[in-house]
Amino acid sequence: MKAFLMHERADFDLEADPPPLSADLTQDLELGTLWNAMAAGDQFLFDVAQRAMLNGLTEPDSIGYRQAVLSDCLASPAAVRGLYDLAVTAVEGERKVFYGLFFRDSPEVILHRSVEVLQFFTGLLKNLRTVADEQAGNFRSAGFTRLFSMLSAELSDEYFAEIEAHLSTLRFRRGVQISARLGSGNLGTGYVLRQPREQGWRDRLPLGGRDSYSFLVAERDEAGMRALSNLNGRGTNLVANATAQSADHILSFFRMLRTELGFYIGCLNVHDRLTGLGEPVCFPVPLPPSAEPDLAAHGLYDACLALHTGTTVVGNDVQAGGRSLIMITGANQGGKSTFLRSVGLAQLMMQAGMFVAAREFQADARDGVFTHYKREEDASMRSGKLDEELSRMSGIIDQIAAGSLLLCNESFASTNEREGAEIARQITRALLDRGIKVLYVTHLFDLANGFYQQNMATALFLRAERQADGQRTFRIVPGEPLPTSHGEDVYQRIFAADLDRSAAR
Amino acid sequence: MPDPDRPFQGILFDQPGGAAQAEQSHQPSCFPDLNLDQALDWMTTGRGEYQLKPFFYTPLPDPGAVKYRHDILRDLENEPTRQTVQEFATQMHRMRKQLEQAGKLHYRYQQERWFADAVDTYCQAVRALTEGLSRLELSSRGFHGLTTYLTRYIASDAFTSLVAQTQQLYRDLATVSYSIHIKGNRVRVSKYEDEPDYSAEVEKTFAKFKQGAVKDYLVSFRDWPDMNHVEARILDLVARLHPDVFAELDDYATRNQDYLDAVIRSFDREVQFYLAYLEFTAPLKRAGLQFCYPQVSAGGREISADASFDLALASKLISDNAPVVTNDFALRGAERILVVTGPNNGGKTTFARMFGQLHYLASLGLPVPGQQAQLLLPDEVYTHFEREEDITTLHGKLEDELTRIHQILEKATGHSVLVMNESFTSTTLNDAQYLGTEVMRRVIGLGLLCVYVTFVDELASLSEATVSMVAAIVPDNPAERTFKVERRPADGLAYAAAIAAKYGLTYQRVKERVSS
Repeated sequence: MKAFLMHERADFDLEADPPPLSADLTQDLELGTLWNAMAAGDQFLFDVAQRAMLNGLTEPDSIGYRQAVLSDCLASPAAVRGLYDLAVTAVEGERKVFYGLFFRDSPEVILHRSVEVLQFFTGLLKNLRTVADEQAGNFRSAGFTRLFSMLSAELSDEYFAEIEAHLSTLRFRRGVQISARLGSGNLGTGYVLRQPREQGWRDRLPLGGRDSYSFLVAERDEAGMRALSNLNGRGTNLVANATAQSADHILSFFRMLRTELGFYIGCLNVHDRLTGLGEPVCFPVPLPPSAEPDLAAHGLYDACLALHTGTTVVGNDVQAGGRSLIMITGANQGGKSTFLRSVGLAQLMMQAGMFVAAREFQADARDGVFTHYKREEDASMRSGKLDEELSRMSGIIDQIAAGSLLLCNESFASTNEREGAEIARQITRALLDRGIKVLYVTHLFDLANGFYQQNMATALFLRAERQADGQRTFRIVPGEPLPTSHGEDVYQRIFAADLDRSAAR
Repeated sequence: MPDPDRPFQGILFDQPGGAAQAEQSHQPSCFPDLNLDQALDWMTTGRGEYQLKPFFYTPLPDPGAVKYRHDILRDLENEPTRQTVQEFATQMHRMRKQLEQAGKLHYRYQQERWFADAVDTYCQAVRALTEGLSRLELSSRGFHGLTTYLTRYIASDAFTSLVAQTQQLYRDLATVSYSIHIKGNRVRVSKYEDEPDYSAEVEKTFAKFKQGAVKDYLVSFRDWPDMNHVEARILDLVARLHPDVFAELDDYATRNQDYLDAVIRSFDREVQFYLAYLEFTAPLKRAGLQFCYPQVSAGGREISADASFDLALASKLISDNAPVVTNDFALRGAERILVVTGPNNGGKTTFARMFGQLHYLASLGLPVPGQQAQLLLPDEVYTHFEREEDITTLHGKLEDELTRIHQILEKATGHSVLVMNESFTSTTLNDAQYLGTEVMRRVIGLGLLCVYVTFVDELASLSEATVSMVAAIVPDNPAERTFKVERRPADGLAYAAAIAAKYGLTYQRVKERVSS
């Protein structure tokens, strides 16, 4: 029995290792903000969201599989939350029943508790089947259709009857029957629990020699009772193990159901938040990694910024079909970093099977997403900073491969422009030749202009929009690099009062 | 020449009664001085059950007995032979453990089962040994005698019947299976009737939930060899369900109490004498040290050894990964006494011990440290070592030393070996010279084979019987020790000169350093 809501034919691996350098990615794209919104205070949902986004999909079909399941969830959120609660009840309830079970307990104790847990699970499985029977008609996705029909088929009334019969037998109200052979030193060995035959003529009609003998252990004979319990334990050891493992298997099913539904619950949570703000979301169109590089968006915005500020934020349009280098220049605080993050987030959300923060979004799936952001550090350690940047880039180069996406934000600005540009140029050129898509936010005119002058068909140059009066719109529009980043504007604004005063003199 | 058709007497002695005599032996007085007590302790570690020490306390009386052992050892140095014997020893050890276990148990059917296991182990051990030895190329009279004995023994009615009975008993016990029904404090024991395995049924029902590896909930039960009274009660009832099998178990145990053959039992013990020594010397050999079978003679005049060493010290050094220094010596013609002089801690005492050990080990019929050795088969090895004693009893100490040497010289013969180490140091040089000379004259008179460690240089050139040996030093670095003891005239100044040069205090250096 499998949930298979995250992959068509595989379990979702909550324990999967995150890809290398994902700590940087998480920090640079502020992914924590998004995951917190998905988690809505539940650490478990946070973990699921994190794992799903960091270990994304690349095949459009697998992404589509999740998009379809998510569409069902958006259509019937109450039913899905109900299923999730059922799975949570199972997992939490088991923890309570098993509280205090230590590994060295006796088979009797293990068996007793396992029967209790199985009894509890049986009730929940019945509920689950009821939901499946009732809701099957409202769900369209391949994932839910499969899950519901599996539940109906596997959890039949006959099957529940079979389980009940075992649970009753396992309480051993008629005692235990154990077979054995003579082992070393004539000690009993090879203890196997036997299903007792119905008591019949054999007990009533002793023919010929006797074939059974009985004795009683005195109740006050503590050592004797202990010996009996030990014997009982040897006999029921295997069945206790089988029962406990069965309970564990059913528990894993509920856990898996909880985990996989948990991802969609997270999506529902963040969906509620964003639509509550009046922000648009859409299902993106993923292209296979083998396709021409593409990035086409309408109204693309930074979901994290929206979630963080609780207000609507500016969306951007971009048409970058066939471009593997997108270089973004322009005004300080003009929305460059926000734009870069919105692209990275949309890429990751798309590859996780989620909706994205845009009106329309289309991109080729990427094998890996990496970030190289300028780190705020003590300004006095200039040379140390370049070292740090180079070392971090070297770490990326160790891990990055053709088909990846690299987002650079003010990389190599920690040294003088000529040096920084030359370093960045050589790295960028090599990455492009290796089939890596690069989005580069930079002040380095020498760098940006150098690429611009080459008239590369595969490069796109964007600029933070600045109106004639110096006002920022936070919009990113196509435009060639300019030799200044308009620090003067900022200066003007910040020092406006002082400047006014000196002008007045 | 011993009669080749004489029946096998044992692996240690080819004469009747040799082993019984050895049983009475006590540790020879030379053992502590020669550190042979330490070496023997290490050798017999883990072999306590064999009581080997008396054999090491019993020197052999004649070269024929020594040859008997040399030949056996040469066979045992052949790895397949050693392995065959070792495997036999392992099995016999197991057999004793099984008997021991039987003795510890309280319930008859348990004791009897363990007893049968012991017999079974014995039968297999004896058969494997016989078959193993028959396949090997053996050259010693000892192993030939043993093989002949064993071949007759395993063909005997007694042994073949023992094997057959044991196997039948096992077959019968294996057919016994039974069911126990426990409800509350009531236990019912019955014959097993092919009821289905219930654990498998449960597993089948829940199989559809299988999700990959899960935790193992099997409780591990410690299996003690002894049963409790409930198990014993059950076993009694099982016996009543299978009366024939258990009646035979009772009979078997009674019938076969004396299954163990005395000659085989002795071989198992005595062969450990050789294995203990070979095992002890193996790491030394691996470290590049050599052992040889010495030529021994009762009245030998030519005495020598090459690349020899102190067995106990070498063993310690090898286990510490430290290098071992070897030494040579040779006595020709009238020479009978090695007089060893030289600096402290230069290896003199070690050399003296080595000399004593070589002769004692040779008298046990064992290989000795060295590339080659020609040795006397001594009637006794005497040692006279300085005893640690309080300075206040100085008079008593000298007296004690003289008393001891007197007793030795009273008993010693021309076939004895004497090791004297730093005797008479507790008196003046004049006294020491005098006493040493006097004792030495007596030693020469008796014709003793002797090594004499002393600080009195003059003793080294006392007569044509003495040979001077000197512990060598490194001239440039007197603090360093070579532990080489070389044949050359005694020269007490060599060390002093070297140490003076090192500190720039030679005549020449002091003249140069003192500016004019």
